[in-house]
Amino acid sequence: MWDIILERGSYWAIIGVMMIGLYIAFSAENLIKRLVGLSMFQTTICLFYVQLSNVANATAPILLPDDMPKGAYGAERVADLAHAYSNPLPHVLMLTAIVVGVATLSLGLALIVRINEAYATIEADEIRASDVEVQLAEDADAARTGGEVVI
Amino acid sequence: MSSEVMGEASLSIIGVLLLCLLFVMGVAIARLRNLFAIVILSGIYSLVCAAWYILVDAVDVGFTEAAVGAGMSTVVLLGAILLTSRTAKPERRLARLGPFAVCVAAGALLIYATADLPAVGDAGSPANAGVGLTYLKINWADTGVPNVVTSVLASYRGFDTLGETVVVFIAGLAVVLLLGFGERALGETLRKRKKEDETP
Repeated sequence: MWDIILERGSYWAIIGVMMIGLYIAFSAENLIKRLVGLSMFQTTICLFYVQLSNVANATAPILLPDDMPKGAYGAERVADLAHAYSNPLPHVLMLTAIVVGVATLSLGLALIVRINEAYATIEADEIRASDVEVQLAEDADAARTGGEVVI
Repeated sequence: MSSEVMGEASLSIIGVLLLCLLFVMGVAIARLRNLFAIVILSGIYSLVCAAWYILVDAVDVGFTEAAVGAGMSTVVLLGAILLTSRTAKPERRLARLGPFAVCVAAGALLIYATADLPAVGDAGSPANAGVGLTYLKINWADTGVPNVVTSVLASYRGFDTLGETVVVFIAGLAVVLLLGFGERALGETLRKRKKEDETP
């Protein structure tokens, strides 16, 4: 039992955080809260990848002096390692994902600022109600002048 | 149990505790209505994430998360709530049931699927025994840079990083195009025009 928790506990905890982020993104009517939930969800994906790249009894993927022999340049290319290191590749991918995540978050927030300027609200249901109201008014106008009615 | 095994086990317990802290913060964010508190909590969330990254040997990721996630995105979110509103409307209780059911179902399915994942810290898993290990082995002879993450980022996968930079540039450009080059907001322009009309 204890072994199973040690082997899989991190995955379960990460999935729990992931679902909380997804829940916030789904349930929040406020657009900024929704974006915060979305970025939480994105962070947990990074957590999951980094957890997969972790190697037990290993160290961070920065070579220790034993693995940096002098004059190795031009010598045998594939060297045997004296120490165990964690997998560097998921770290690189997640670096990219974090930076791109902040870029998309900024873009989303800029859109929200524009929405707030146009609708004077950032609640999704109020924006929808406002859209319906405008469409009804346009339809009433179109019915009077003989134009196309949408609703 | 040798001291090394004990140390590894205690490290993984600390890791799970940090993740539980993240879970508690997520629940707090889901329940809060004050947007300022939500933004600050999401900054703390990123900081705890950074600590967890350091714990699982991803030092570069931890550094980036602390700088970009906890610093930059908090500042951007604060700017956004400054330009929009400070509090969220209370949510309807019934409307939460659907998302809650979906999240519980998805979480249960994912936890069921973890039975097929390699154990945490497995050095022989397909992800860790493949190209990542090769990068570690050939890195010193190829580049002479001790930090393997740096050499993979800038040398072996330099085109990925170039693409990332292009994405960030396009996102920045889009933000500038959306918000305008220092011109006033629509409402403010209208108010100003009205004021000018009123004063003869």
